[in-house]
Amino acid sequence: MIDYLFNFLYENREMVFIIILSIFLGIEIIAHVPTVLHTPLMSGANAIHGVVIIGAIIVMGSTQPDNYFALLLGFFAVILGTLNVVGGFVVTDRMLEMFRKRK
Amino acid sequence: MALDVQQVILWLIYLFGSITFILGLKRLSHPETARTGNLMAAVGMSVAILGTIFLYKDTNGEKLHNHIWIFGGIIIGALVGTLTARRVKMTAMPQMVSLFNGMGGACAAIISIVEYQKYDFTDSNITAVTLAALLIGGVSFSGSMVAFGKLNGNVSDKVFPGQSVFNMIVLLIAIALGVYLVVYPMQNIVMLTLMITMCLLYGVLFVLPIGGADMPVVISLLNSFTGIAAACGGFIYHNQVMLTGGILVGSAGTILTILMCRAMNRSLLNVIIGNFGGNSTAATQAGSEKGNIKEISISDAAILLSYSKKILIVPGYGLAVAQAQHIIHELEMLLEERGVEVKYAIHPVAGRMPGHMNVLLAEADVSYDRLLEMEDANAEFGTTDAVIVIGANDVVNPAAKNDKSSPIYGMPILEVENAQNVIVMKRSMNAGYAGIENQLFYEPKTRMLFGDAKASLQKLVSEVKAN
Repeated sequence: MIDYLFNFLYENREMVFIIILSIFLGIEIIAHVPTVLHTPLMSGANAIHGVVIIGAIIVMGSTQPDNYFALLLGFFAVILGTLNVVGGFVVTDRMLEMFRKRK
Repeated sequence: MALDVQQVILWLIYLFGSITFILGLKRLSHPETARTGNLMAAVGMSVAILGTIFLYKDTNGEKLHNHIWIFGGIIIGALVGTLTARRVKMTAMPQMVSLFNGMGGACAAIISIVEYQKYDFTDSNITAVTLAALLIGGVSFSGSMVAFGKLNGNVSDKVFPGQSVFNMIVLLIAIALGVYLVVYPMQNIVMLTLMITMCLLYGVLFVLPIGGADMPVVISLLNSFTGIAAACGGFIYHNQVMLTGGILVGSAGTILTILMCRAMNRSLLNVIIGNFGGNSTAATQAGSEKGNIKEISISDAAILLSYSKKILIVPGYGLAVAQAQHIIHELEMLLEERGVEVKYAIHPVAGRMPGHMNVLLAEADVSYDRLLEMEDANAEFGTTDAVIVIGANDVVNPAAKNDKSSPIYGMPILEVENAQNVIVMKRSMNAGYAGIENQLFYEPKTRMLFGDAKASLQKLVSEVKAN
């Protein structure tokens, strides 16, 4: 079991490295955010995890053109992923548009 | 091996994307830089998407095809996404974030399903991560949909006896099915379908009992789930930008969730398994005998406000429901013209989403330097002449400080009872979202102004003008 774990970690050592550092980075970035920006921040983060669409594009692009089941599902995944990205960024922008300081 | 320039460019693009995500999130943490931060991340995302479409090569060195399908999907998604995001009302923002979050979760789950179908199961690690993405993405999708329905008012809270045990069993079955599929590596559509069903069921059951007051925590949590699901996708494809983007959101979302739980003095576990509304009947009965309430007329309220030196406004979900953010800003400017100092006291969990009130008030052009966070506001109530509570309840309930039997005991509140006068605008005497009676309403210094917040504020504005 320990061997398996060590093996898993070592085989994926670069990704594990990125994951651990990103976790700390994420924590550091958020730690001092004012409550004022909680909603736009959450919404902005929401748009960023739309990066999952890249996975959908890869699935779609590497599917054989006669595999209709995978094509259809992949097509849906691309639509949903785009919705997440575009909708997320646009909604966040709309919110932030209102945050300009006024005299 | 010859250097493949295209792959180097793609790698640089992914590096660029990751950096824009980090800088974007960083800039989103300050009001002045937030908008450019969001744009930066959007640019990084677009470049990463285009780079993937045109430059990506799979492990066999083959480029992506089916471009028509890909662009078709992107165009449909972009059109629908832009239109919905542009048209949605500011007050419906929490639902919208929840909905888009669910789309991301579904996307991750679907990717996992398609990938699973292609596996020859030589690498059990990849199978395990794929199924993890399916589990997390699926829960995030169905949970977000229920959250959307609840915030939109289509779905109500549902609690049944033994719910938390039942939920736990459903989750364990889903995990067990996943483990089975990893340990017995072969195409098993029946088991996979069963697992998908259990994931979706768990997402629904997990969000269903959670009360309105806890929705902000849940949305934030689901947000970080989708982040983790996206990161799992990055692991499957060895795709750095998916990995960093997903993990950043996963960890930042988790911290945001914890910050919010801390603001309510509750643990995350307590939010998830403890049903907030459960004690309502007992609490209401206990509270119903506690003295009389006093109403205030519009004209008395107008006079009280006009002759105050300092006023703090405490907005709550009721402000959002009544769409009263513009009119409250009008009242604020009117009073400021007459030399009254007007500020807003914002509780971290007021509304249905973290920072919900800030967004609403920002929409109405309220300058954000007028918004006080809880600690600053609590330091000022002692020197405040009048507090106007608009559609807020639990966040100003003194029971959180002095009634150990209260379900919200220990939650930090806005201590409005320290002010000279308190005006509470409410539609009726119904208890708040947590279903707990509020002793504040019976205090001698409290006056109630019943009615729709928007209508009352309009009357109040014309009355102040007439004075």
